[in-house]
Amino acid sequence: MSATAAPPDGAFEDVKTDPVSQWADERLSLYKGTRTLIRKVFPDHWSFLLGEIALFSFILILLSGTFLTLWFKPSMAEVEYHGSYYPLNGVSMSEAFASTLNISFDVRAGLLMRQVHHWAALIFIMAIMVHMLRIFFTGAFRKPREINFLIGFTLLILALLEGFAGYSLPDDLLSGTGLRIASGVVLSIPIVGTYLSYFLFGGDFPGHDFIPRLFTIHVLLIPALIVGLLTVHLILVFVQKHTQWAGPGKTNENVVGLPFMPVYMAKAGGFMFVIFGVTFLLAGLVQINPIWAYGPYTPDQISAGSQPDWYIGFLEGSLRMMPNWEWNLWGHTVSFNVLIPSLIVPGILFTGLALWPFLEQWVTGDKREHHLLDRPRNRPTRTAIGVAGITFYGVLWLAGGNDLIATHFHLSVEALTWTFRVLVFAGPVIAFWCTKRIALGLQRRDKDKVLHGRETGIIKVSLDGEFTEVHQPLSQAEVYRLTAHEVQKPLELGPATDENGIPRPGSRALKLRAKASQLMFSDNVETTVDEAKEIEAGHGHH
Amino acid sequence: MSDRDMSTDHLPESVGGAGHGTLTKEAAADDPFQDPGLPAYRPRVTDIDPKAAKRAERQVALLFLIAIAGLIASMVCFTVVPNTKVGTFTGLGTLNMNNLALGLCLGFAFLALGGGAIHWARTLMTDVDLVQERHPMESDTAFKAEAVSEWKKGVADSGFAKYPLIRRSLLTAMLVLPLPAVWLLRDLGPMPKDKLRHTLWSEGQKLVNPNTKQPLKAEDITVGTLALANPEVLYSPAEKEEFIDQLAKAAVLVVRLPQEALKGSAAQKKKQWDWSVDGIMAFSKICTHVGCPVALYEQQTHHMLCPCHQSTFDLSDNGRVIFGPAARSLPQLHIRVDPDGNLVAASDFQEPVGPSYWERG
Repeated sequence: MSATAAPPDGAFEDVKTDPVSQWADERLSLYKGTRTLIRKVFPDHWSFLLGEIALFSFILILLSGTFLTLWFKPSMAEVEYHGSYYPLNGVSMSEAFASTLNISFDVRAGLLMRQVHHWAALIFIMAIMVHMLRIFFTGAFRKPREINFLIGFTLLILALLEGFAGYSLPDDLLSGTGLRIASGVVLSIPIVGTYLSYFLFGGDFPGHDFIPRLFTIHVLLIPALIVGLLTVHLILVFVQKHTQWAGPGKTNENVVGLPFMPVYMAKAGGFMFVIFGVTFLLAGLVQINPIWAYGPYTPDQISAGSQPDWYIGFLEGSLRMMPNWEWNLWGHTVSFNVLIPSLIVPGILFTGLALWPFLEQWVTGDKREHHLLDRPRNRPTRTAIGVAGITFYGVLWLAGGNDLIATHFHLSVEALTWTFRVLVFAGPVIAFWCTKRIALGLQRRDKDKVLHGRETGIIKVSLDGEFTEVHQPLSQAEVYRLTAHEVQKPLELGPATDENGIPRPGSRALKLRAKASQLMFSDNVETTVDEAKEIEAGHGHH
Repeated sequence: MSDRDMSTDHLPESVGGAGHGTLTKEAAADDPFQDPGLPAYRPRVTDIDPKAAKRAERQVALLFLIAIAGLIASMVCFTVVPNTKVGTFTGLGTLNMNNLALGLCLGFAFLALGGGAIHWARTLMTDVDLVQERHPMESDTAFKAEAVSEWKKGVADSGFAKYPLIRRSLLTAMLVLPLPAVWLLRDLGPMPKDKLRHTLWSEGQKLVNPNTKQPLKAEDITVGTLALANPEVLYSPAEKEEFIDQLAKAAVLVVRLPQEALKGSAAQKKKQWDWSVDGIMAFSKICTHVGCPVALYEQQTHHMLCPCHQSTFDLSDNGRVIFGPAARSLPQLHIRVDPDGNLVAASDFQEPVGPSYWERG
């Protein structure tokens, strides 16, 4: 943002303003507030659009959700259905389910809005997750963006809760079964679980209170929190300015790109309608959550192949693969078979994610502002940890579909479950190792390209019959792009005692930190200026 | 841990102490890796060729016109295409035609609108990179000094440090403040008491078919049959209010096993047989894992599978868990036959049904 000194008195005396803006300015200091925002520069990269997908699908969720509230009745009172969907005629069901049938079959555009709402919710959560992975793998969470990372993390948790709450509202057989599982999970919490369950459900499961309570949480409480945090999230992106990739002319001290007005207004606004368009096409063409096929919830019925929405799948898989450990301690039941997979495992996964920026900063000791993004290969250990995390999550998620995998591929569900039990531990380790090797390999390739140029595939035969491949030097821009990152050296502890025999100050924590630093940075590949000069000096020989 | 404890050797040279410092490398003139600076602008076709620009303009306008057509078409479809009409399409299944028409019209309208705006930005709006400076987030010393001094003035004015009695009582009040917010939620639900231990089953309670509400008779249940049953009292007007809650605990499944199929110790076999009526046994339908109804019955092996998390129970072995995350057997309901030949419960379940909980013991 260019610094704007106050104009000299009288310099702009005859500035022309339109009456509406003038009216607003006299009340809101409109011109002062927006003067630097209008042409604010944003860098361009496809991966910066992931957060926008989340934002725009959320807008669509708000709009379609408002439409649905006009007809939805959040009530568990039993009614007999007499609507357009004949197969359920005369069936006893909750008002929530009956009104969802009404929206689907009797309100025109009702089914469309239900399907838009559901598809947009799936896209919303997917976009948040992929956006978060982008932030993680490119180091965009580093100072000064730790707070915004935590806000984003909170938004992810809220989105998961919001999704599950909305999914449960129609009170159909599938979502009711999901709530039954949730109630079982709450019951497994030591000491307070039974009380929590009775307070949540207003007594025995399922009771008559839960859907109305969930409705308020789903349409008021969580959306208000999301809107609030989203606003702060975006304001911080403006205040801290967007990160960018290193490249010619792009440094840690500037931001290079196109202006908000008009380019990003048009691009982002257009992208919003693209997201809307894709979601509406999905809603028109691809049926989602046909609750009429599931029927109303009743606690003694279930159908085979019951599956939650995709983002709950990892919890489902976690529950499925857990061995059946349950202890009876001094007359109290501790259900590790439920507690560990549904609360402790996701607790560790999410806490680790939230703390990562601070853990990494502790290891690097780096307290400088970072506005240039890391290429994932240049941070091999972080990248490997990230891929290990994805693998862990992915195994849990796959295990959530073990019954469908078994029936589709004619496998034994027991063998599959055992496979997942092994994979959930082995998979992340293998993924970590492979990713780290690949990242280091890519670093070496970059080094090779910088020092020796790009392989052209052209083979030269010399007069002596020697075959050599022609290497083409990279452009200066490309060389700079590949060498712009700093290569972090691992933390070295000094000798244990100095020359006077005084022990080195520092604690066990320091040793741990040095270890972590060694693990993260000791095998980084550096391309030094000297190497480049040496090769240049002896030019022509490889 | 403070930064004094460690060397900063592992950080690049350009770091000027914690908190500050620039990340930009000071490039020597002969640095082979130096930043060549922003590349020269390469104009697009639309920047040079007025015809191309005109073409782009027409394309954008065409996309906006398509959007208008789609939006209007959506209203026409809403009115004209009956909501009751369905069509079957390969790969998509049976779709509501009103929904399909609306989705297509609005979907393409939005895509055209968005595409038009993006095409406009990419072809006709500026493509010249601008550069803006970043400034450290940390405030300048002068601002810091001003803020700190203003804050100190405020603190001094308040007398917060001067009056410890006020300070401490206020802090205590703040600690107490959130308690009513929790306390007042007390009536969210009743105390659990021992409600999870009891179901509607009791001595003489008839097992009735949930669909016909007719009592199950012993002769209805043959080997290989899987029948569902609920207590007859569930359908009495007195239970209307709590129907679904009681159903969630009382649902049972009824099977018939030949005596030779039973497994386990002699005592277990005897108990299981004694609680049955000639091999007709009733087990809780509620999974002991997290409470889904178990539903998939393998007639040959007498295994009962829960579709939620694949816990598998062997009904011929006291409902024992043979696979999956459930930790406890499916509880068996002691049944007998009444003089009219109806299956009736001999008592309530002898242990709590459904998921485990802390007080279960």
